[in-house]
Amino acid sequence: MTSELDIFVGNTTLIDEDVYRLWLDGYSVTDAVALRVRSGILEQTGATAAVLQSDTMDHYRTFHMLERLLHAPPKLLHQLIFQIPPSRQALLIERYYAFDEAFVREVLGKKLSKGTKKDLDDISTKTGITLKSCRRQFDNFKRVFKVVEEMRGSLVDNIQQHFLLSDRLARDYAAIVFFANNRFETGKKKLQYLSFGDFAFCAELMIQNWTLGAVDSQMDDMDMDLDKEFLQDLKELKVLVADKDLLDLHKSLVCTALRGKLGVFSEMEANFKNLSRGLVNVAAKLTHNKDVRDLFVDLVEKFVEPCRSDHWPLSDVRFFLNQYSASVHSLDGFRLECGGTIWAHCNLHLPGSSNSPASAFQVAGTTSVHHHAQQFFCIFSRYRVSPCWSGWSRTPDLR
Amino acid sequence: MPGKLKVKIVAGRHLPVMDRASDLTDAFVEVKFGNTTFKTDVYLKSLNPQWNSEWFKFEVDDEDLQDEPLQITVLDHDTYSANDAIGKVYIDIDPLLYSEAATVISGWFPIYDTIHGIRGEINVVVKVDLFNDLNRFRQSSCGVKFFCTTSIPKCYRAVIIHGFVEELVVNEDPEYQWIDRIRTPRASNEARQRLISLMSGELQRKIGLKVLEMRGNAVVGYLQCFDLEGESGLVVRAIGTACTLDKLSSPAAFLPACNSPSKEMKEIPFNEDPNPNTHSSGPSTPLKNQTYSFSPSKSYSRQSSSSDTDLSLTPKTGMGSGSAGKEGGPFKALLRQQTQSALEQREFPFFTLTAFPPGFLVHVGGVVSARSVKLLDRIHNPDEPETRDAWWAEIRQEIKSHAKALGCHAVVGYSESTSICEEVCILSASGTAAVLNPRFLQDGTVEGCLEQRLEENLSTRCGFCHIPYDELNMPFPAHLTYCYNCRKQKVPDVLFTTIDLPTDATVIGKGCLIQARLCRLKKKAQAEANATAISNLLPFMEYEVHTQLMNKLKLKGMNALFGLRIQITVGENMLMGLASATGVYLAALPTPGGIQIAGKTPNDGSYEQHISHMQKKINDTIAKNKELYEINPPEISEEIIGSPIPEPRQRSRLLRSQSESSDEVTELDLSHGKKDAFVLEIDDTDAMEDVHSLLTDVPPPSGFYSCNTEIMPGINNWTSEIQMFTSVRVIRLSSLNLTNQALNKNFNDLCENLLKSLYFKLRSMIPCCLCHVNFTVSLPEDELIQVTVTAVAITFDKNQALQTTKTPVEKSLQRASTDNEELLQFPLELCSDSLHSHPFPPVKAVTVEKASPVGDGNFRNRSAPPCANSTVGVVKMTPLSFIPGAKITKYLGIINMFFIRETTSLREEGGVSGFLHAFIAEVFAMVRAHVAALGGNAVVSYIMKQCVFMENPNKNQAQCLINVSGDAVVFVRESDLEVVSSQQPTTNCQSSCTEGEVTT
Repeated sequence: MTSELDIFVGNTTLIDEDVYRLWLDGYSVTDAVALRVRSGILEQTGATAAVLQSDTMDHYRTFHMLERLLHAPPKLLHQLIFQIPPSRQALLIERYYAFDEAFVREVLGKKLSKGTKKDLDDISTKTGITLKSCRRQFDNFKRVFKVVEEMRGSLVDNIQQHFLLSDRLARDYAAIVFFANNRFETGKKKLQYLSFGDFAFCAELMIQNWTLGAVDSQMDDMDMDLDKEFLQDLKELKVLVADKDLLDLHKSLVCTALRGKLGVFSEMEANFKNLSRGLVNVAAKLTHNKDVRDLFVDLVEKFVEPCRSDHWPLSDVRFFLNQYSASVHSLDGFRLECGGTIWAHCNLHLPGSSNSPASAFQVAGTTSVHHHAQQFFCIFSRYRVSPCWSGWSRTPDLR
Repeated sequence: MPGKLKVKIVAGRHLPVMDRASDLTDAFVEVKFGNTTFKTDVYLKSLNPQWNSEWFKFEVDDEDLQDEPLQITVLDHDTYSANDAIGKVYIDIDPLLYSEAATVISGWFPIYDTIHGIRGEINVVVKVDLFNDLNRFRQSSCGVKFFCTTSIPKCYRAVIIHGFVEELVVNEDPEYQWIDRIRTPRASNEARQRLISLMSGELQRKIGLKVLEMRGNAVVGYLQCFDLEGESGLVVRAIGTACTLDKLSSPAAFLPACNSPSKEMKEIPFNEDPNPNTHSSGPSTPLKNQTYSFSPSKSYSRQSSSSDTDLSLTPKTGMGSGSAGKEGGPFKALLRQQTQSALEQREFPFFTLTAFPPGFLVHVGGVVSARSVKLLDRIHNPDEPETRDAWWAEIRQEIKSHAKALGCHAVVGYSESTSICEEVCILSASGTAAVLNPRFLQDGTVEGCLEQRLEENLSTRCGFCHIPYDELNMPFPAHLTYCYNCRKQKVPDVLFTTIDLPTDATVIGKGCLIQARLCRLKKKAQAEANATAISNLLPFMEYEVHTQLMNKLKLKGMNALFGLRIQITVGENMLMGLASATGVYLAALPTPGGIQIAGKTPNDGSYEQHISHMQKKINDTIAKNKELYEINPPEISEEIIGSPIPEPRQRSRLLRSQSESSDEVTELDLSHGKKDAFVLEIDDTDAMEDVHSLLTDVPPPSGFYSCNTEIMPGINNWTSEIQMFTSVRVIRLSSLNLTNQALNKNFNDLCENLLKSLYFKLRSMIPCCLCHVNFTVSLPEDELIQVTVTAVAITFDKNQALQTTKTPVEKSLQRASTDNEELLQFPLELCSDSLHSHPFPPVKAVTVEKASPVGDGNFRNRSAPPCANSTVGVVKMTPLSFIPGAKITKYLGIINMFFIRETTSLREEGGVSGFLHAFIAEVFAMVRAHVAALGGNAVVSYIMKQCVFMENPNKNQAQCLINVSGDAVVFVRESDLEVVSSQQPTTNCQSSCTEGEVTT
């Protein structure tokens, strides 16, 4: 006696969350059944393995049919074939678009092309995520990218509108899309210790402050591409390190302000010129695409690593960067020479005393670049950045 | 020219890409009715075209309005080649033809293609302007309402129940016409869909005419079926019960209060009582008579009746003979006379209803059924479908005579079915013989005196169990005792019926689904030899099925079956029998005796031991079941009874020896009445198997109950969550040396596993009950068995259930005191009061899918499509006639749809399972869309009447035909109702708000 056909169709489509997760994780029916058996469901319900098999097959079939609709979530809401309560629809979409941290770190900043897709089996072996699941996640990234690529308006809003994702997930997708578009290098060994959350945080600030959308909100593609003009203007910051008087003045201003407040004051004082040069050079190079891609690598090399080797605590880094940018305001020469052009842009407004829970960022003596980056971006931000400081409330381990 | 049909095509969405180059579609729409066709403009390059057409107007006869469906075809415009069809929508405009139903059809319909399935949606608005037609000789029957519901619909009152209406229409099946060889599968499928649509329209119109002739205005319990006879044609037949219905118009009637307008016809205010109270009375013996006649449809229609009844049987029970009870005699006679006069004018005093207004059923006699094996022959003249008519007339005649033999003048819960394999066709009909109250059957009222008597008699709540036949002249051997409730009348020891449990019947404990399953191998044969072989097998199958039912019933410790449905399916090399029913313990009937096992060879020690072991197991099972179903009848001592009940513990006996059942006596004794012990004799391995299979039936997991009637006896605190589902399984038998036993085991496992799967799938709804579990078996090919189940799972409140379990005890206490006739009225009132005092359990917030409650007021005002642009509103579907926790406020018309789906890329669509899964989901979607377009939010009495699945995996092809029907309704949640009624003026706002809330 073999079962030829075995189906169950409810007027309200039944969705089993556990099976959905197994399906999303890319398990085959056999594996899923085995996993379910291990979860002890048979004992709880008194069912047999055959029943479980049939149930799993059935759910898989339903999900398979739903997948087409999940590719365009608004369709799921308007379709007539599956009657699914709204809360369940939201769950289906949210889970379908959720991604694995390990996976996203592998593809973040890579071009979402066929070539990358071919490498997915490597990623799969490396991360232990099934190839099926990798493909789904990759295709999700690519799909979202394709849809919002050429759109006007806020990136996050667009993603939310076209994919009906929760706010947080939409923000994450915005970061992924932004990174993929600008092809930031994130895979280098040096950057391995950074989490997706760190990058996502940076991406959010960059979208708010560095993109075309930050200037004029009525452009195609506005939140995805960096504002070339702004990057061009950043070149003029070079004066900060090129002009020796200015550099000394800047240093003395910073040092005066920070004396006694910094645990690593002497190291700072000794390294000030190097650090300043490093930061300004990174900024000035951003007119070249290649250097843009290497932004994070450069930052780590030029700023984070020196700090780390001197064992700067995080709070000191923050103090320093705050003061570093604030002091520029009072540089007469700077203001005059640059005719205020940059300063109009770089109206640095940093919160004097940030109340971020610094201790939380301290990881085994290693300062997270996360916060360096934050400071860094603010240095280059063009507007009163108060809104972007809402980012402070985020904890770094938040994805 | 009495009607004008107006159609407007508004927009489309989610259309498929028809032009690969641009990834877009240039869509336009053809609207066809009868022979007139209109076209919209081509909407270039869009998958979401906005046609916003003018109103297309068709001026048509109302005859055509009833027959023809509106046909909407969406096409892709192609400049150089022929236009490609995207898909079609058929809209039955019948609901627009009654004055009280829908006024407009408007909404999104899935565009359906028989090859590709659903391909996008189209928004359509349809209206009808009807002119009054005074022509007496008209051919149309506009205005006659149709209901699939097999009880009086909720917001109506039955003035007169006229009786049986039937009709059949035949045609050639387009699939078998010569032209089918040269046309595409799509064209052929569409021709078939269209033809069936036309035929059912015509059928409905003809039935409507008959109803008008009877001066009725509605058909209740309308059941329409298709017989795909292959080469010999296509038969569409329908039966129903003609009624004159009155709409309960006052809004007060919607309120869950007890102030219903008329005393006798009280609308049941609580939805947990879906059946108007019924007093059926009746006794006994199950399956009374069967007739197996086989007549090759050629000239000689030989009647080889292998069972007892002959048509000449005169009603042995003409006049009451005093013996029926102390006061029963004269009254019965009077009643009988009256009923007789009312019913005798009728050709067939049949009723397709399964639940009745209070007082309608007086006594129930038992199940009557008849089957006949016929050879199909090409229908030569479709306009004169005489042969088919004659076949059915013959069977109905049988049924009628069986009922007479049981002392009954009517048959209720009547249904007909067929099973076709190649050229052999088994026609079956079954029902429950009953004595009815004439009051509902004629105009004019009955004399008050009788009325009073009647009422008194009925109010005992056990009246329906009392035997209608004459004790001294019983049509079959049965064991009678005095009724355990009133102690005055005789009742049988078991009662089998095809109707629903009357709501006021006193039941102890809960009910459960009882199934008998049986397979019999049969030699492959041709034509007449085949038919003869089948008709020879039938009596044995009936007997076995009955034995199984009886054994299982005893094993459950119960004494009555309701909703009995026996299906016999014929295949190439086997016959399958599947009987489903809901077992209950009726307080009025005696406690069932146990099952005794007896061995044949008493001298063998180990054998004895084995037997006693088995016996113990059986006894344990009975005890366990009694506990499980909470069957603890009060111990009534003999003194209280005080009446000469011969043996308190009734025992009946089943002799299971080949010689007795296979003998050539014309009498097939299915009632194991006369014998004094219910003994299973284990004399061969066969019998052993049977005993084993008895014990292997697993009860549902805790928290689950199942039944095949509308509601579960013993549960009445339903919460509002419902889930209707269809499950289909096909198994392939290994063809090697199949024996009857192996076959039985396979079939049994199939059904049991299916049930287990259902319990597992629905575990999140616990505590819940599977209601109206409807199994259908078919044998699509040699080694394939297909089982289709449709049912609804309803959640209930466990806490309240605990309270209700007490009631049997209370009731029994009351019963003990009902010796005294004066007291009789009192406990009754008490009971009904207690019922009213717990109004429906406050609808729990567990509503997963909160339906959009379209208020009545809102409904009237809906000139624009309500949710045209918003997301999809929830449409509930249920095979029941009610929706728990809600009030049906309006019936919008009948939904009767037929779909064909075919594929030539079976593997790509996920194999047979993927294909059928998608198709059934699509069918549900189309039903829901039609209901929503009518302005409704639920389908009640939904039934999947046919699901014919054929595959050819070698060719990568499959085809499936599905026929579904139901009643589109508007319901309002009871919780919302209070709000609505208290704030009448704001109704509109209220309900539209809720709707919005739901849809976002």
